[in-house]
Amino acid sequence: MTILILADHDGHSLNDATARAVSAARYMGDAIHILVAGENVGPVAQAAAHVSGVDKVLVADDPTLAHLLAEPVAELLIELSKDYTAVIAAATSIGKDILPRVAARRDVMQVSDITRVIAADTFERPIYAGNAIETVKSSDAFKVVTIRSSAFDASPQTTTAAPEENISLPSKAWKAHFVSEELTKSERPELTSARIVISGGRGLGSAQAFQTVLTPLAERLHAAIGASRAAVDAGYAPNDLQVGQTGKIVAPELYLAIGISGAIQHLAGMKDSKVIVAINKDPDAPIFNVADFGLVGDLFTVVPELVNILG
Amino acid sequence: MKKILVPIKMVLDANMRPRVKTDGSGIDLSGMKLSINPFCEIAVEEAVRLKEKGLAEEIIVISIGTAKAQDVLRQAMAMGADRARLIETDQPIEPLTAAKLIRFVAEEEKPDLIILGKQAVDDDCNQTGQMLAALLDWPQATFASALKMEADTLHVTREVDGGHQTLAMPLPAVVTTDLRLNEPRHCSLPNIMKARKKALDITPVSVCGVNIETRLNVLNVKSPEPRKPGRRVADANELVTELRTAGVI
Repeated sequence: MTILILADHDGHSLNDATARAVSAARYMGDAIHILVAGENVGPVAQAAAHVSGVDKVLVADDPTLAHLLAEPVAELLIELSKDYTAVIAAATSIGKDILPRVAARRDVMQVSDITRVIAADTFERPIYAGNAIETVKSSDAFKVVTIRSSAFDASPQTTTAAPEENISLPSKAWKAHFVSEELTKSERPELTSARIVISGGRGLGSAQAFQTVLTPLAERLHAAIGASRAAVDAGYAPNDLQVGQTGKIVAPELYLAIGISGAIQHLAGMKDSKVIVAINKDPDAPIFNVADFGLVGDLFTVVPELVNILG
Repeated sequence: MKKILVPIKMVLDANMRPRVKTDGSGIDLSGMKLSINPFCEIAVEEAVRLKEKGLAEEIIVISIGTAKAQDVLRQAMAMGADRARLIETDQPIEPLTAAKLIRFVAEEEKPDLIILGKQAVDDDCNQTGQMLAALLDWPQATFASALKMEADTLHVTREVDGGHQTLAMPLPAVVTTDLRLNEPRHCSLPNIMKARKKALDITPVSVCGVNIETRLNVLNVKSPEPRKPGRRVADANELVTELRTAGVI
């Protein structure tokens, strides 16, 4: 009952979502191996070796794997998968891209985006944008599963490192190749793993206000900044900040929804947050139905007040 | 390229609130409005735009489901698809099975490009496109926000967690759509009338040679736990006090 996890990383550091996948894997098997694929991934492999619960790190270091493209990484996982009972990954853009290829080639039905492990073959997962939760039991002998990282705590760091083993990539001609990448640079914590998230909606009124109103508060609280789809569609914020059914799913300790009305598709991305605060001038905004603390007021007054009080 | 294949799915309309059946067996769809999955609509629109730019000659839409799914195929043809195919079945179809059935059609039609929605908003699986690419041994570009042909090479910009990534690949290829790829057009009445005359070919699932038995048994479907009711605070001071008491700041 050994589980293989595909590590999610950006080439430099291990994504916290991987340590969360380790927590989920601990309910599914008795040994856990992590595959770190990429180019010059020594530091990432080291980080993976120090995640509690990891028994072995497989390192595939190859220029072809530099951007974790689906074809080579899936091929590697398919080769390796014969020695495992399950292959799992966090449901990040990398995990979602690669794992269904593995499932199809192994002729198994993937279980996507699980939020709870009930047994090694039985899982809970949200459907209809989180408006319903289904419990599914897989009849496939081999399992392919992606993990909703916000539903699991990260497995802690340990001082003793798990052993590493170098493996090589099967040689094949890959069809798709990498051209370029534009990553949004931010000094803020990463949206999906931040302890506090401040999201702005259409109530901010402009891209400039989105920055000038939210940034000081985010700095005080060391929070990540998110946005509703309405704010993204209006051009106030880039799409990778979008929280919702079609954007990122977050579940921080504290979520502040500022000038967000609370469309169903937004709620789907944040309603599992521990404490939700809504600030909106419309007392009937649906966001207040999920808020632990609601403040009816003008965000352009309230948010600067909050910044002052927090010093 | 000559042919684009666009597989589409009919789902509960995205503006309807799903009702969980009291016996826990699933979502009650009786009497509910069913529509084309929003991501699939974006896929149809993109195919039509490629054809309008003179980059494709024919667009074939395909759906898997009951006779009712003809409605979304007609809508896709009103948007500009040339003809449609329905793989007819009244059984629930999982993404792996859908991928195998689409491969069956792809082997007959031999498209140069297959464009699909990145996920269906009912089961939220996000699997079919990737599975199809793997079964066909084609390259894939998931979560596309821009598509461009440069000579014979397809360039696709993808929405990834930290921003955007651009990939290049030869055809044939599989692309799955994200929200920002385009805004689907509204169908004009003349186009809706014209779509009624376009060919819609129905194939019973039994002739496709694919075992459609499900692999995942749904044991239960329930509503999510409701959040406990919150309360209103008067001002910023009270809010900060409450958040400090709750230990979150």
